[in-house]
Amino acid sequence: MKISLVINGKDHEIDIDPGQYLLEVLRDLGYKSVRRSCNSASCGSCTVLLNGAPVLSCSTFAVSVDGQSIETVEGLSEGDRLHPIQEAILEEGGAQCGYCIPGIVLTGEALIRENPEPSDEDIRLALNGNLCRCTGYEPQNRAIKKAAELLRSDRDD
Amino acid sequence: MTRDFEVVGKPKKKLDGKAIVRGKPVYTPDYDVPNALTVKLLRSPHPNAMIKTIDFQSALTIQGVVCVLTHEDIDRVPYSRAGQGYPEPSPYDSYLLDNKVRYVGDPVAIVAATSEKIARQALKSIKVEYEVLDPILDMEKSMAEGAPRIHDEADCSGVFDSSRNIAAHFEMEIGETEKALDRCDFVVSKTYHVDTQLHAALEPHNAVTYLDPSGRLIVISSTQVPFHCRRILARILKKPMSEIRVIKPRIGGGFGGKQSIIVEPYAALVTLKTGQPARINYTREEVSMATNIRHEMKYDIRVGATKDGRIRAIWMKGLSNTGAYGEHCLTTFMVSGSKTLPLYNKVDAVRFEGDVVYTNLPPAGAYRGYGAPQGLFALDCAIDELALEMNIDPLKLKEMNSIREGETSPIFKIMGEGREGVPQIMNSCKLQECIDLGKKVIGWDKKRGKRLENGTRVRGVGCALAMQGSGIPKIDMGAATIKMNEDGSFNLLVGATDIGTGSDTILAQIAAEVLTVPLEKIIVYSSDTDITPFDVGAYASSTTYVSGNAVKMACEDVKTQILSLASSYLEREKGDLELVDGVVSCSDGLSITLEELATKHTYTFNQRQIAATASYVGEESPPPFMATFAEVEVDMDTGKIDLINLVSYADCGVALNPIQAMGQLEGASMQGIGWALYEDVIYAKNGRMLTNDFFTYKIPSRMDYGKLTCGLVESYEPTGPFGAKSIGEIGIDTPIPAIANAIFDATGIRLRQAPFKSEKMLFEILSLEV
Repeated sequence: MKISLVINGKDHEIDIDPGQYLLEVLRDLGYKSVRRSCNSASCGSCTVLLNGAPVLSCSTFAVSVDGQSIETVEGLSEGDRLHPIQEAILEEGGAQCGYCIPGIVLTGEALIRENPEPSDEDIRLALNGNLCRCTGYEPQNRAIKKAAELLRSDRDD
Repeated sequence: MTRDFEVVGKPKKKLDGKAIVRGKPVYTPDYDVPNALTVKLLRSPHPNAMIKTIDFQSALTIQGVVCVLTHEDIDRVPYSRAGQGYPEPSPYDSYLLDNKVRYVGDPVAIVAATSEKIARQALKSIKVEYEVLDPILDMEKSMAEGAPRIHDEADCSGVFDSSRNIAAHFEMEIGETEKALDRCDFVVSKTYHVDTQLHAALEPHNAVTYLDPSGRLIVISSTQVPFHCRRILARILKKPMSEIRVIKPRIGGGFGGKQSIIVEPYAALVTLKTGQPARINYTREEVSMATNIRHEMKYDIRVGATKDGRIRAIWMKGLSNTGAYGEHCLTTFMVSGSKTLPLYNKVDAVRFEGDVVYTNLPPAGAYRGYGAPQGLFALDCAIDELALEMNIDPLKLKEMNSIREGETSPIFKIMGEGREGVPQIMNSCKLQECIDLGKKVIGWDKKRGKRLENGTRVRGVGCALAMQGSGIPKIDMGAATIKMNEDGSFNLLVGATDIGTGSDTILAQIAAEVLTVPLEKIIVYSSDTDITPFDVGAYASSTTYVSGNAVKMACEDVKTQILSLASSYLEREKGDLELVDGVVSCSDGLSITLEELATKHTYTFNQRQIAATASYVGEESPPPFMATFAEVEVDMDTGKIDLINLVSYADCGVALNPIQAMGQLEGASMQGIGWALYEDVIYAKNGRMLTNDFFTYKIPSRMDYGKLTCGLVESYEPTGPFGAKSIGEIGIDTPIPAIANAIFDATGIRLRQAPFKSEKMLFEILSLEV
């Protein structure tokens, strides 16, 4: 069957099997930043933004989001310039193996859009579903906070 | 010795960082290989059984099924999955497919199909007839009279005593421990038990294989040990090593879980049988129950001290569970003693002994810490209990008896990995500084023994000291090649395997430091058996120390070549030249940039390729040291244990990249916290792992801890590159004992079996009230 998706602002007409999950469809289209890890909605590695809100693509039927807007991490940075969350993650040492990072960047981005001044608790709560086995979370939490501050000062300028 | 570094010691961002934060296709599953077959494995539902027949005729009739392979189709080659130096100190007790299955999940048949869906369908259509045997699901029963024999095949080798299911045995004694204990004024005698743990790396084990145009087998794999992978594949597949190339792209986490050769042979076999590319992607369930897990260990321990506060004797008798196969069985057991006992080096006598036994449970293997955390739980907590008997502060007892700079322990020589170790004196040890800092941050003197109450909740603090090593001395080799390009940039080729640790970046920092160029001038390429020099891979806390020394030596060689060539080009004495900031200059003011020099030597003057390769094998394995303090709060009504703060200070020598070093410490600490409080593997009655996903196997998330406070204390290790030691593993050693000690401080309840889940705590509290 055919569905249409707007991915990072670009229109796609896609032929899918009715039972296909969004994760597989996106990866087949070349959006490899969407990572498969648990494949059962329990780790956050496959997070994408659906109409601006984080969802787990491993357990979202592609057909259920027909006609809607998807953001992946590929759409967040332009050219060589990183998004402030990505930059802060590197500065703070929040990425080791990096497998969880696209999901964390997107969940962090959704949080900051909704709450430009998140507290430590807000960050932990919003990203609680994004597991990371490498870092011990602290550098990532600091990075989200730092990026939020930077984005606020950019906006105030 | 110069301590003013330009590039090392600086918090540099990871060289691969930009690609990974932007979600670039850098991991094995992102490599699209056209027409790759999907490889799936049929797994045993029984923990112990003989395969009588396998009927896969109907699978072959399904359109899209390309091949089905069973033990009858492949050469029977005994091997060890352990990615260790050769010959491996692990038994050859594994077969790619066998006519016997030894745990629930053991592979029975390989299916290759044109899609995942078809491969799954094919698995369902295969009929296997088993002769079900009695299993051993409790390691305490493995050695019992009349127990089923798990490895009764005639062709396994290197098993200590297969008739009693003993995969490995080790014992050693210094002095007369029994007598030394008799002379002590205080002796504790306790049993500690640590359950297994799952690595839970987020990228599942996976590999893709294909034949290149000349027919060589190419293996792209998520592995920590590409060179060991090539060697073991050559053995199993009976192919010359020269016909195999293993490439490691970025890796989505390993922690030891990818230090065994698990998935690659199945895909490789399909490629060789069919000529087609093949891909194997383990599901989360398979990663959990059919790769490697940590060795469950139990220790009977006796520790004795005299009234003067001196620990005089330690006796540890262990039992370790290697599961169905023995990869890493002897070495993890030895490390549980060799990386813990030297901490308390002032004893008159010490005895360490025990067995590693087979069970019909998933095979244990390498896991960050490699036995040390299990040994330390027993050792550290027993000393904590001894302090209570002696009525002194446990931290004081540990402080008074632990190793310091300039000291040694005879254990370093007696216990290596699988064989004798090497004697070594602690050239760098800032353990006291780690203790002093941690003690202050946690508020030890204010909080210990106070049992501060808040309603039904009570708080306590605990401490633990740890050490680890830096590589496996006299065994593990790392090599590096550095070559200069005509623009004055350098290619650094290393076999060392960056699995997310940042080792590519750290090794490039070492090169940049020696060659006095900015980090951007070093282009790193790592872990490709065709292109990079040999390295054992990412394990045993070795990369910075072993591979780092190789990089430093190779770069020093190239620097000498540069100065010689500059000397002939500039017509000045070599001794009058120096290389500073990428410029060779003479005391008389004449100078040339590396870029100019490289261009000349490439095209016009004394043409030659400037390059060098160096290899390094450690003469010693200098330990990093660490002091950890935990503060917990226990709700006496519900048993709920909250971790308020975990404070760890570590001495890793000079941290060549403080951000990445801190990341190792914080990350290992969090894995230790998970193991201490949340992560609990549960098996069904038939030995099937029930906790094979992230819902049932709970790794810590962001709401599961209070504070994590880590810090580095600098020392200078003279044998390390620019003063460095290791930091990759040590952080996982202490959370279990520190948290156990803190729970005791809070509640007076001593938990001697980890993990310490809140429900277990509640039962302990309830049993006190009865």
